[in-house]
Formats: sequence, C-alpha cells, structure tokens
Amino acid sequence: MAHVLVVTSGKGGVGKTTSAAALGAALARGGERVVVIDFDVGLRNLDLVMGAERRVVYDLIHVIQGTAKLSQALIRDKRIDTLFLLAASQTRDKDSLTDDGVERVIRELRPSFDWVICDSPAGIERGASLAMRHADFALVVANPEVSSVRDSDRIIGLLDSTTEKAKNGEPMEKYLLLTRYDPVRAGRGEMLCVDDVLDILCIPLLGIIPESKEVLNASNTGTPVTLSNPTSAPARAYNDAARRLKGELVPLVVPSDKNTLLNKLFGRRAA
Amino acid sequence: MPTSRPTTSFKFRGGSFHALVVKPETPINAWLADVDTLLSRSPGFFAGKSVVIDVSDLSLTKETFLGLLDELSKREIRILGVEGANPSCVDGRVPFLARGQTDKSEMSAAPAMPSSASASVSSLLIDAPVRSGQLIVHPEGDVTIVGSVASGAEIIAGGSIHVYGTLRGRVLAGADGNDRARIFCRRLEAELMAIDGHYIVADQIEPHLRKAPIQAWLEGDALEIITMD
Repeated sequence: MAHVLVVTSGKGGVGKTTSAAALGAALARGGERVVVIDFDVGLRNLDLVMGAERRVVYDLIHVIQGTAKLSQALIRDKRIDTLFLLAASQTRDKDSLTDDGVERVIRELRPSFDWVICDSPAGIERGASLAMRHADFALVVANPEVSSVRDSDRIIGLLDSTTEKAKNGEPMEKYLLLTRYDPVRAGRGEMLCVDDVLDILCIPLLGIIPESKEVLNASNTGTPVTLSNPTSAPARAYNDAARRLKGELVPLVVPSDKNTLLNKLFGRRAA
Repeated sequence: MPTSRPTTSFKFRGGSFHALVVKPETPINAWLADVDTLLSRSPGFFAGKSVVIDVSDLSLTKETFLGLLDELSKREIRILGVEGANPSCVDGRVPFLARGQTDKSEMSAAPAMPSSASASVSSLLIDAPVRSGQLIVHPEGDVTIVGSVASGAEIIAGGSIHVYGTLRGRVLAGADGNDRARIFCRRLEAELMAIDGHYIVADQIEPHLRKAPIQAWLEGDALEIITMD
C-alpha cells in the first residue's frame, strides 16, 4: 500500500518539480515502485524534467474524465523500470481537476505502488489544494529567503486545515526540504540560515539541497539529478532525503562554507 | 374592478455594521474646538462615515444635547444614532441605540438557551504555531498562543494577547473597546500591534525592543512597550 506524498511550497520556482523528480528517481533506484503525478494542469513541466515529454499520450485529466484508463496514462521511465509518471494536461486548466476524480486516481494507484508523489502547482488555488487533499504526508519545499518561507508557512496552515487527514482530525505529517541552499551566502548573511527557517516553520527537516548548477543541467537534459550525476552534492543530498523518507536514520549535516573553493581562495589571499 | 396586487415585496433582515463611535467630552465647547482642529487637519475625516455618538459617560441636559447635535450637523457629521443618552433627551431627533441589551433580553426570554454570557467571556488557548494567512478572532476574552505567530497571520482578541513564541504577525488586543488589554510576547518582530484601536506598525517599534520579550499596554492614546528581561 502506497505512501501518498505531496510536494508543495506555495511559492513558484523553488524546486518542487525538480525535487519530486529527484526523490522519485532516488526511491525507485532503491527498488521501490514509484509514481510521480503532475498536478500543474495547464503548465506541466514534470514530463520535461523526467525526460518523458515525447511519450505522453494520455494524461491525468483524461483519466479523471474517463477517456483513458490509468494503465494507459502511466508512463514508465526508460532508465528505471519501477518509476512511473502521470503527466498533466497542457491544454486544459485546473478546473478540469475534480475532487472525486483525484480521489479515485489516488485510490486506484495505492495498491500497486510503494510511493505516490503528487507534484503540486504553485499557489494555493484548486490545483495545489487538490494535490494535497488526499496525501498522507507532505514535503514542504522552501528556499532560504523570506518570501518563500512565508508562503511555505501559509501552505503548512492549509495542510493542517484543508486536507482529508486534517478534516478527520488526524495530524498531517510535514517535512521541510530546504533547496538552493548556498552556504557561502548564508554565511555572509545574504540568505536565511537553516536555524532561521526552522525557527519560523517549526517542522522537521528532511534535507538540505545545496545550490548547484548540476540541478539546472539535469532539468535541461530531462534526467533527474539523482540519475544524471549521482555523486554530485545535490544528488547525494536528495539520496539522503529519500533514505530518510523510507525511515532510515541518516545524519543530516548542514553544508558549511568551510571547505568551499571560494573560501579557500579568499582564505589564502587574506593570509 | 381591477384587483390591486402588491407591486413591491417588502423584505427585511437583521444585520450588524461597523460605525465610528465618537465620545464627546465636557466641556462640550472645548471638545467641539478639538473636533474643529481635527477637521482642519483632515477635512474628510467624517466624510461618508456613519457616526454614533456615545454620551454614556456624560450627564447632559436636553438643551446641551440638542445643541451638540446641531453643532455636529453644522460640521456635516452625520449622526446614525446615539448611545447612552437619556431617552427623554433624544427627542426623536436621532435613533436611540442600546448596545447589546436587546440581545440579552431575547436570550433570557428563551429558556432553552443556557445563559452562557459569563461562560463565553473565556480565554482561548492555541497550542500550535499560528501560520501565515490564518486569522484568529476571539471577541471576548484573552488569546494565548503556545508557539509563534507568523508573518501574515492575525490575532484579534477582546482581551489581552499572550504569545509564548516569536510574534511576527499582526495582533489586535482589546478589539471590543477594552483599553486595559495588553499584549505579551517572548520575542517581538510584529508587523502591527494594536490595543483598543491605537496601533503601531513595525517601523514605529524602537530598535532596542525588536527581538526582545515585551509587554505592551495603553497609556492614554499611546502604546507603551517595555522589555521583560
């Protein structure tokens, strides 16, 4: 029976889709059966980030409207055969998502997967609200800057009030994934540091993904970063986060600027 | 003979509305001079506003009261009603408003309704952080938050507000006209604090009070804040 995880943030551009793809690929590489669903109807991107854009025939809206079966719409990844994608429609808008339809799709996916990852659109409207409604727990993605953190705080409030779990009076588990973390800039006080973010959001930290050009390269080539360059710093951070999702105890180290190349250069000059 | 049919239907409903409540002070002439000063600074202050005058703290004769009404209407202040006046003074010129009294008599007339007037004056405890976008309104009594109040969250309380965490959002204490309400927090980073309508925004908070544990109360018309170190 699957764990249903929503990847959400409120603010756009913080790395929800990248993180959903990277974590999905990391879990699937470890042998788990994973499906990643794109809820960003009208502005779909997950198919590009996962390199499946040329193979989309049916999408989530077709399944919800009954014009395609779930099995027809699931796209199997070419690299890992336990990783699947359910794409969003690019020609419809978010009004095509219905509560009943989403609930039925998730119910049908639960028995045949270990993980159902719902990639939420930005905002707090219909798409985002339906992506989180039927989730078992949530991954809140934030960048270390104030607007992203405030939007994430808003999303946490909605997770605690509008989801099915919240309506049944059950606690909604939430974890923070801090992305685009730049230790040098945080050290200089140009970004919020990890403690600042945790102090505001008050939810457990699942992982810290360092800012890296590897992430952009991976998105552009349509390969999740955990597959394109598994030894890179962001890939290792995503792999650790995926292992923590599975319940493994992996020590979390806050990236520091002690050993960065830039610091060594400056250090030498100062000496 | 053509039968007469009602051409309009008569509909009514109960409703509560916001009005500006003005409290005149004696001597009335000095108070009217203050009103004129206010109007010279901001001529549109009362424009388009529904104004209720509250004379419950004053004992005015009928002549003084009617004179006050004339003076206010000369200044184009439109009086919606009067609160706390002796009904014999009002003389039918303005509606006589009685705050909450109608509700109370209705409640006591209905035996099925428990008289929970005193029970409702209770404090509200919230045992979790208040998130951005959340609005907590507790018109009677205190609000206690065990956790932080996020930027973009708002707490409105009839009584005092206690935040056992960082206060980053907006808090409005004494919202029901209670000038003895206070605000307490472990760490002050508020966007706005108000007691009985007197407010300050983040820019007006002195730097040495920021990020400090504080309490705030009303001293006259000014919000006083001290640290509680």
